[in-house]
Amino acid sequence: MLKRVHFPSSPLPYLLVAPQIAITLVFFIWPASQAMYQSFLIEDAFGLSTEFVWFENYELLMEDKQYLDSFGRTIFFSAAVAFLSMSLALVLAGFADRVIRGAMVYRTLLIWPYAVAPVLAGALWVFMFNPTLGIISYALEFVGVNWNHYLNGEQAMALVIFAAAWKQIAYNFLFYLAAMQSIPRSVIEAAAIDGAGPMRRFITIVFPLIAPTTFFLLVINAVYAFFDTFGIVHAVTQGGPANATTILVYKVYNDGFVGLDLGGSAAQSVILMALVIGMTVVQFRFVERKVQY
Amino acid sequence: MIEQRPLLTAMSHIIMVLGVILVAFPIWITFVAATHDDIRMVQAPLPLLPGEHFFENLDKTLFGVGLSGTESAPVWLMLLNSLAMALMIAFGKIAISLLSAFAIVYFKFPFRMGFFWMIFITLMLPVEVRILPTFEVVASLGMLNSYWGLTVPLIASATATFMFRQVFLTVPDEMLESARIDGAGPMRFFFDILLPLSRTNIAALFVILFIYGWNQYLWPLLVTTETDMTTIVMSIKQMLEAAEQSPQWNIIMMTALLAMLPPIVVVIGMQKLFVQGLTETDK
Repeated sequence: MLKRVHFPSSPLPYLLVAPQIAITLVFFIWPASQAMYQSFLIEDAFGLSTEFVWFENYELLMEDKQYLDSFGRTIFFSAAVAFLSMSLALVLAGFADRVIRGAMVYRTLLIWPYAVAPVLAGALWVFMFNPTLGIISYALEFVGVNWNHYLNGEQAMALVIFAAAWKQIAYNFLFYLAAMQSIPRSVIEAAAIDGAGPMRRFITIVFPLIAPTTFFLLVINAVYAFFDTFGIVHAVTQGGPANATTILVYKVYNDGFVGLDLGGSAAQSVILMALVIGMTVVQFRFVERKVQY
Repeated sequence: MIEQRPLLTAMSHIIMVLGVILVAFPIWITFVAATHDDIRMVQAPLPLLPGEHFFENLDKTLFGVGLSGTESAPVWLMLLNSLAMALMIAFGKIAISLLSAFAIVYFKFPFRMGFFWMIFITLMLPVEVRILPTFEVVASLGMLNSYWGLTVPLIASATATFMFRQVFLTVPDEMLESARIDGAGPMRFFFDILLPLSRTNIAALFVILFIYGWNQYLWPLLVTTETDMTTIVMSIKQMLEAAEQSPQWNIIMMTALLAMLPPIVVVIGMQKLFVQGLTETDK
């Protein structure tokens, strides 16, 4: 942690950490503690007086069917995004690992969605699935699907999942490819000599060996789906129709900035913080384990 | 190659090409939409091949008055705002993280670990979960509608600090010993030895942070209320709303194209640094 050889104590190190610490205090720790404090308050309808109510906001949330639905929806959404983008990335990485000529070209062509902002990803998919004009909804009509995500909640959810998963394929692909390329060739060759075909080798050797990467990506994708997809939902559905795509991050924003329910929004923030902390702890424990072997 | 299986190799290529098509299709459609005029863009089925109005649309989008029925800043101004925001976030994060990592690795001082943990906590508090109180802080500091308000609250960075800490820990102790024998003070050592040694790490991190900064959405949406301060990524949402009344998809998709072009160019052009940055920061 600290260098064996280091500089003696002086005021200098305080000056060096000062900018980072100042920003952390003013824009992170203070607002977070404010959120925690506000989550114990209830404001009356006119915003004239506030009352300290301990955990009443949380109790209200736990009884609020809309909130619990949103919770379940978020979990479904994250699982779907993680599964869809990780399985596609795994298949692509598996084949990319096989091709020798052109592997880098494929990588170049596959990584760019990473650079597209979530809200733009949402815009692209909304355009393709536009009920009157969209190219894919037009094609879907020929197979008898009437696409209108403005009216159909399930279709709206599917569209948000597609856009979110599409953007994440690039990231998952890069990590899977790197993991596969770090498997020693001798292991694969030994299995080949023993007569295992490519499919068998993938299932019994490659996939178990990259299990740590799968786990790591699962956490990263969950965090992504929970927190980074606000832009997609905001652009594609605004949480609708009838809250069918209101995931937790969107609800915090909507209740706080549109509904102006400060206490409820703050309580939701605190719950989300607890979730991030949980996920970060899982991620770090895993990283520590990986370092050991 | 372990064994010769021409059929499997051919299949691999086919699947990879299908994958590339799947991934690139939305971007291709965007590009195609940006090359047709507004009349063609309201006739279903929409085109799959590019038209001839690319430069006309580009000119209209960059310097025109925007979509009819909306009031927004010209697109070139929004691009400049985005660029300023992305650069300030990237440089700001790198600068303050370099300094704090230097302090934590090379100095022994009271509360050292306390500071370290305080920085670590920021990792667990993404903007999305504390938007309302952070907004209040920025509003009370009078930083709404300014570049400072857009960037400063986002430049604390635990990941960047950790990364530089890792990098500094691999610098041999002899470097510092010999620097001190030659009479170099801490800052001299920092600027003349540590900075040059971590050059590629800084570049790799810059690529990631530039994309991160450019693609910010929720925070600019809250902090900017004046049209002159809007960023290009934000503007898409307003355009989509306007599209319900007057679907000028050629202009909207041209704007989307302009909004995603800089980060895509950075990713493709500096692919090696990008991959390095991605794998380093997430460890």
